[in-house]
Amino acid sequence: MSAFLRAMGAVVWKDLAAELRSRELISSMLVFALLVILIFNFALELDASARANVTSGVLWVTFVFAGTLGLNRSLAIEKDRGCLDGLLLAPVDRTAIYFGKAAANLVFILVVAAIVLPVYSVLYNTNLFAQPGVLLVILLGAEGYTAVGTLLATMAVQTRTRDILLPILLFPVVIPVLVAAVKATSGYLQALPLDEIRPWLNLLVTYDLVFTAAAFMVFEYVVEE
Amino acid sequence: MKARSRVLLGLDVVTLLVMAAATYMVFIYAPVERTMGLVQKVFYFHVAAGWTGMLGFLAAVVAGIAYLATRKSSWDLVGLGAIEIGLVFALINIITGSIWARPIWNTWWTWDPRLTTATIMELVYAAYLMLRQGIEDPERRARFGAVYAIVGFISVPLTFFSIRIYRTIHPVVIGGGDPTVSGSFSMTPAMGATFGVALVAFSFLFASLLWHRIRLGQLGAQVEQLKLKLMH
Repeated sequence: MSAFLRAMGAVVWKDLAAELRSRELISSMLVFALLVILIFNFALELDASARANVTSGVLWVTFVFAGTLGLNRSLAIEKDRGCLDGLLLAPVDRTAIYFGKAAANLVFILVVAAIVLPVYSVLYNTNLFAQPGVLLVILLGAEGYTAVGTLLATMAVQTRTRDILLPILLFPVVIPVLVAAVKATSGYLQALPLDEIRPWLNLLVTYDLVFTAAAFMVFEYVVEE
Repeated sequence: MKARSRVLLGLDVVTLLVMAAATYMVFIYAPVERTMGLVQKVFYFHVAAGWTGMLGFLAAVVAGIAYLATRKSSWDLVGLGAIEIGLVFALINIITGSIWARPIWNTWWTWDPRLTTATIMELVYAAYLMLRQGIEDPERRARFGAVYAIVGFISVPLTFFSIRIYRTIHPVVIGGGDPTVSGSFSMTPAMGATFGVALVAFSFLFASLLWHRIRLGQLGAQVEQLKLKLMH
């Protein structure tokens, strides 16, 4: 078990170190996320009354789009420079590689969220941190999203049409996670009683478990050569 | 392959006969529903097509697991064929549903859980076909296809449950449900019999189509091999 965790930690560390030096992944995700929010501002006329209802939707669409960008890039780097083959040659459990990549991708999305939330709060004169539950929902939602996303991105980068394929593969499959995440987030933002939010939180945790377990079980088949 | 063809021919004949019987029962035998009138007759093939679509996606996930376990390319053919057929029948299911919904719900479309899930399901399996198109190596294509069929099959019911929590307006004819929902009705015995025959007929149709599709795939592979032989 400790060997598994060490291998996983090594993959996470490798990704974070590479990102610290190049800063290409998070910076592009972040700029993209801010652009999405900007476009929503024009598209939806985000005035004070409209905002209360659509904030959670706007946030999640932003995370999902930026996340796709990051996932694709994170796995494309591995594929292009032959790093994936190198990783697979390492005498470790392959699922450790999966969990390492997924954890690194989760960190990237959370970093983007950590910057987007205060920026959104300032831009629209609201406080998204007033309800700490929002942060919990973002953590859970991002986990489910990256669990499936890492698996499908690993597949997508090995295809001829990889630039366009990931969102097409990922979005229809990840909808359950998004529905639950959006509903739970808007529940917290509207300060609903916990009884009304809890079903969505339960669903979100269930989906996270189901998707993580499924991806964990089939990942081996996606990376074998 | 010759001996199999004879069984297949038998299956085709049976399918044709049951389909004809089902069509006859839907249009002539089954009574006209009192409030909805003739448009209710869409119900029989609408549900049967949805059933066939589900059969296809279920067969695909079974074939996917079997492929990953055995690595026999014939399982990949089964999976691909099942999803192609499933896609077509799920689309028939959506379109016939729209035809029925226009007079009954007064709209072609509503964002009801079942309708939404059906659409997302179409998108999942359309993505499956696009994934396959993007891969040239047949072994990898089969492997990735199997994995995606499994992931998609896990996701679709979850999508349904998530959206289900909103109130649904889709009538639940089988197994109770809210009788006040617009467009619900209870089946008379004749309707039930018609419905049963339609289900059986579509199941036969599915089996027959899938068999033909697998055979087509096998023949295609043979042609490829012969082509390669000729070139050398």
